[in-house]
This record gives sequence, structure tokens and C-alpha cells, in this order.
Amino acid sequence: MIRFNRVSKQYAGPVHALSEVTVEIKDGEFVFLIGPSGAGKTTFLRLLIRDLLPTEGSIHVDSWQVETLPPPKVHLLRRKIGTVFQDFKILSDRTVFENVALGLEILGKKPQEIESRVSDVLELVGLSTKKNSFPRELSAGEMQRTGIARAMVGGPSILLADEPTGNLDPDTSAEILDILQEVNKIGTTIVMATHNANIVNEFKKRTIALHEGKMVSDEAKGKYHVTKKRKSAKG
Amino acid sequence: MLSTWTHIRRSPYQSLAAVLTMFLTFLLGGMFFLATVTSVLVLQFFESKPQITVFFADRATQGDADSLKKTLEATGKVVSTKYVTKEDALAIYREQNKNDPLLLEMVTADILPASLEVSAIDPKYLSELEPAIRQANGVEEVVFQKDVVETLLAWTNAIRIVGATLAALLAIDSLLIIMTVISMKIALKKEEIEILNLVGASPWYIRMPFVLEGGLYGAAGAFLSWIIITGLVLWARPVFLSFLGMIPSVSLVLGSLGSAAFLLSVAGFLAVMLLIGFLLGSVGSLVALGRFLKL
Repeated sequence: MIRFNRVSKQYAGPVHALSEVTVEIKDGEFVFLIGPSGAGKTTFLRLLIRDLLPTEGSIHVDSWQVETLPPPKVHLLRRKIGTVFQDFKILSDRTVFENVALGLEILGKKPQEIESRVSDVLELVGLSTKKNSFPRELSAGEMQRTGIARAMVGGPSILLADEPTGNLDPDTSAEILDILQEVNKIGTTIVMATHNANIVNEFKKRTIALHEGKMVSDEAKGKYHVTKKRKSAKG
Repeated sequence: MLSTWTHIRRSPYQSLAAVLTMFLTFLLGGMFFLATVTSVLVLQFFESKPQITVFFADRATQGDADSLKKTLEATGKVVSTKYVTKEDALAIYREQNKNDPLLLEMVTADILPASLEVSAIDPKYLSELEPAIRQANGVEEVVFQKDVVETLLAWTNAIRIVGATLAALLAIDSLLIIMTVISMKIALKKEEIEILNLVGASPWYIRMPFVLEGGLYGAAGAFLSWIIITGLVLWARPVFLSFLGMIPSVSLVLGSLGSAAFLLSVAGFLAVMLLIGFLLGSVGSLVALGRFLKL
């Protein structure tokens, strides 16, 4: 369970990246976080993994109060939350298998367990035949699937995806969404930030819309409305 | 460990610089350490022998020596006395210079003095025995071991001070080099560190490869210097034995290369060097991590 209680985040300057956001996401939900660039989607996700600290308010992930978590325990929170990044954040000098295995090596798992679990996850994301390839030999979609595999290999209860389809063509984006839905089916909570209207409208999931740091809507089967002059984030 | 090896392999020149600096530090540090140990052993050897050597003039007779011997023994402050005749002195001289025929040709028993070696019960009696010795017939020169000991002490202290100063300066230099190399590695690995941090690696999981890397540089430098120092000691072993062979611990260690004493000393020296090298390198890494890696 994720709970934001009147959370604000202000960077240097008068603008609030997030302003008094209160929201609760239950276990196993699939949530789209939508809004134009600068709406506060990435700030929302970074606050969740304590890559940032809120200026005001409190954030809970299960029984953990994120902002008061002592620094030596932050990595334990991050092990509960897998993260998929728009720019993949894949290590260029490691193979697909090694990149995914990283998610288990940091947990101190044994080589046999790593081998078996990584193979299962690569099967799920459709990368079994590419396990020995280096990132330079992969397409953007394959790199993102590697990122998803790494994020979920440790069995996190929550998976955050920050614009995971931002660099991908429509077909590949749909494949990535299919994978995320599969991950959601096994009980993992998914929070996906996006400004891809087609995806949001097609998949009809709970949609939280942000605009200039404020939460402007939260609907169970939301839609993303795009106007010619301005992209509006309206559920 | 794999990450550590990858770090080293990917920037070999920086790694080489770190290992070579450590090597120099341990080469000089190790040599001064051995020099200090040897000088202390020599010192202890001479200190354990509260001896006076009384050299007689050519005109002195055996009777003069016997008379002095009886006088000294009568004081009750003497453990033993040994009369060394001119012929005995020549024999000792020949033994010491048996490899140099030129020196042997020029010396005969006539030009070497006879002497009386006196060992006192305690060094404090040496000054009390001195007047009786100097007043005895036929005595030309009295050499006190304490003069030798004082000279040795001065040398030992000088070796200790110079060695410790040089070793400390080199250790600081090594630490700075390790810190610089590790800082560069941290900068090079910035992206990987960020990713590891975001996916939930513990701070020590991220730091450990760098700590091990610094430690390995130190250990590698120490190992190389151990090879050189051990090689030098083996090469100079005959010289050491001829000059210092009278010291029991020296002859015990260097007397036989297959002896347990030699093998234990060499292995112990290696273990200590490796340990100090690893610690020094690790500390350098930890300082760099504290300064440049905020997790």
C-alpha cells in the first residue's frame, strides 16, 4: 500500500514540483500517473523511492514511513520497489543476463538461484534468446524489457515505471504494457508515469492526473484528453 | 571480488601507478625494518657480552698477562678471561680474511697484538675494573665493549629515525595516490553507482569493490617488495653470515635455507607485509569513498 498525505515538494525557487498531494494506492493496483512534462510525475516516483525528500507531508509504503527512514535503511525500501526508467539505466558493459542478475546479486542470492530466477524472468519478458547480448546489440524495446526484468527479478511488491514507453514506437510500447500487465497479474502494484494518451485510453486503468504539481483528478478508469493547444491532464 | 577485478582491468595504468607507489613504500619500509631488526640484534648481542679487550704491547710477556688475569679474577667481578696470543690473533685474522690472499701475505704474528678478553658479571663493574687494567704492566690499549655498544646504539637510532621518517612519508604518499586513483574510479563508475543505488544495493555492496581494490593495490605492492627484499637477503646471505654469523639469531635464520626458522621468518615477513599493505590500501580507499561517494 502506498499513501501520500498532503505531500509537497519544492525545489529551489518558488515553483512547487508537487503541491499537497494526497492519494492512496492499494496493493495489486495498476495506476497510470499522467500529466504533461513538468506536472510532477517523476517527482512523485522519486519521492516514493526516497531519491528525494518531501518538503511537507508524509509518505508511507506499507508500514514504512519513507521520509523518516534512516539513510542506512533506504536500500531496503528500494528492494521492495522495482523501478523502470525512461532512459533504461542499463549497464552497457554487461550482458542482458548480467544486468538482470544485478537485481538478485545485491540481495546476496546464490548463483544457482540467480541463474534459475533470471531465466524465468527473461522468459516472461521475451528475452531468453538475447540473454548473452550486450545493450549495444539490443533495440530500444529490448533494452526496456531488460529494465523491466531487472526491476521485477527480486520480486518487489511495487513496480514503478517512469515513462517506460517514452522512447519506443507504438507497437513496442504496447508490448511493454502487456508485460507490465502480466507483472500486475501476479500481484505486483504498478505505478506507471506516462503522457502517452493512447496507452492510457486503451488500457482503462485507474488514472491519477497531475498538473503543475497538483493532483487534478483520480478516476478508476480514466482517460487522457489531449487538445491541440495544450495537453491537459484530465482523468 | 569480480567487480574489483573488473575495476582494475579497465584502468590498468592507474592501477599500475598505485601498485608501484605501494611497492616503493614497502621496499624502503621493509628494508629499513630489516636493517632496524638487524641492528637491534647486533646491539643486543654486544650488550649481552660485557666484555673488555685488553691489548698488550709487544714488550709484554705471558707473565704480564697471567698476572693481570689473576688480579681480575681475584676481584670476583669477572665471569671469564681468555688470553689470545699473537699466534691466535693471526689465526683469527686468517680465518676472517681467508678469501683475500693479498691481505694474508702482508700480515705476520709479530704485528698483531696479544690480548686478554674479559667478561664481567655485570656491565656496571666495567668502570670499577678499568683502573686495575690500565695500571697493569704491558697494557697498551683497552677497548670497552660499551664504546662499541654506544656507537651501535647511535647507528640503530639513526636507522630507526631515518627509516621511520621515510616510511611515514612514503606511506602518506601511497595513501594520497590510492585516494586519487579510487576517486577517479568512483568518477568513472558514477553511472553504475547511481544504478546500483536506485535498485537497492546496500551502501557496503557499492563500497566494497573499491575498498578491496585499494587493499589489493597495497597487498600487490607489498608482495612485489617482499620478493625483491627476500631476493636481496638471499643474495647477500654469505656477507651477512660472515659479518653477523656470531649472532645466534642471525645464524639460526640464515644458516640454512631449509630450516624452519628461515621459512617461518620469510613467511611471517610476507604475512605482515601483506596485512599492512592491504590495510594501508583499504584505508586510502575508505578515505576517498568518504569524500567522493555520498550514498
